Amino acid sequence: MSEAHSEASVGNAATFDTHPGADAGVTPESPLQWSRVQGHVTEEGGAAEQIRVVERPFLGHLVLRGGAITLDEAVRAELGVSLPGKPLGLVLDAEGSRSVQWVSPDEWLVIVPAGEEFELENRLRARLGDAHFAIVNVGGGQTLLELSGEKARELLMKSVVYDVHEHGLPVGKAVGTVFAKTSVVLRRPTEARFELVVRRSFADYCVRWLRDAGREYGLRVESASP
Amino acid sequence: MFHIFCPYCQEYREEEEFHPSGQAHLVRPADPASVSDDEWGDYLFFRDNPRGIHHEMWVHRLGCRKFFNITRDTTSYEILETYRMGEQPSITAANAEVRREQGVQTADGGWQTVGAQPENSRLNEETPS
Repeated sequence: MSEAHSEASVGNAATFDTHPGADAGVTPESPLQWSRVQGHVTEEGGAAEQIRVVERPFLGHLVLRGGAITLDEAVRAELGVSLPGKPLGLVLDAEGSRSVQWVSPDEWLVIVPAGEEFELENRLRARLGDAHFAIVNVGGGQTLLELSGEKARELLMKSVVYDVHEHGLPVGKAVGTVFAKTSVVLRRPTEARFELVVRRSFADYCVRWLRDAGREYGLRVESASP
Repeated sequence: MFHIFCPYCQEYREEEEFHPSGQAHLVRPADPASVSDDEWGDYLFFRDNPRGIHHEMWVHRLGCRKFFNITRDTTSYEILETYRMGEQPSITAANAEVRREQGVQTADGGWQTVGAQPENSRLNEETPS
């Protein structure tokens, strides 16, 4: 990354924009690129199936670490939502496109639309100043899969060890748990939708598992091309 | 199906998400340069192996990824309590009253760091309940 526009420095931390500009001549590839080449992932749209899995590639994933009170102030000012104070909380903004998730007592995962995370990171750094905190852009390391459809819960019931029933995973809850032989972050942002945050190197495995587990219901994995 | 209470997530979670990390409440000598080789070796290599109540460190490795402590009975494998790092256990081997309430057998002591001490031979016998 040598372009001037993609680098910045706020305080003593060097940051850079992980989205190459359009003129950089780099085609971004989502973690599901290999699955796509293999034909496991199709373009968005098509015949209705009982379960729909849609990848949301290239979103901005930021991990915030630090004290809850200082971070809450900054996040409230920059995103307009408060940090989920209770364990396993998941908060969405009014649009539903930006979310803040409790990961552990001093760690939160922020997911924002593609391209916003660099600006957000810089603004948070500027606002937090000398406070004791860390912000890491982990967008390159993980991707988001959305599960919807009436059988989505049944699919999850045989894939994760967590109780995905309404009383175990109500709307506004997010847990890290075991998915098949790997780990995922399982989120419930709305009534109709589950979200899986999967690791990049396990993305193909997760998609294969989902396709296999969802075969009896009819399942399609979709991802918009870059 | 075996659930462990994570004191950070504040709910029972599947055992698969956890991993044991050995004895809890080990204190590193404040000035390592001044302790004897024996003391340093004890700190570094030797661990308790009691029959009965044992305090262990576990990590919620696939959840919040935090370390916490478990008080566990090594004879029945029963988990008596879980508590956060930095906190002290409410159930200990010395806490006879709680032990009786819980109906738990414990051996007294259980140190195996000093070799064949006479009192250690008792540990190999059944403790009367």
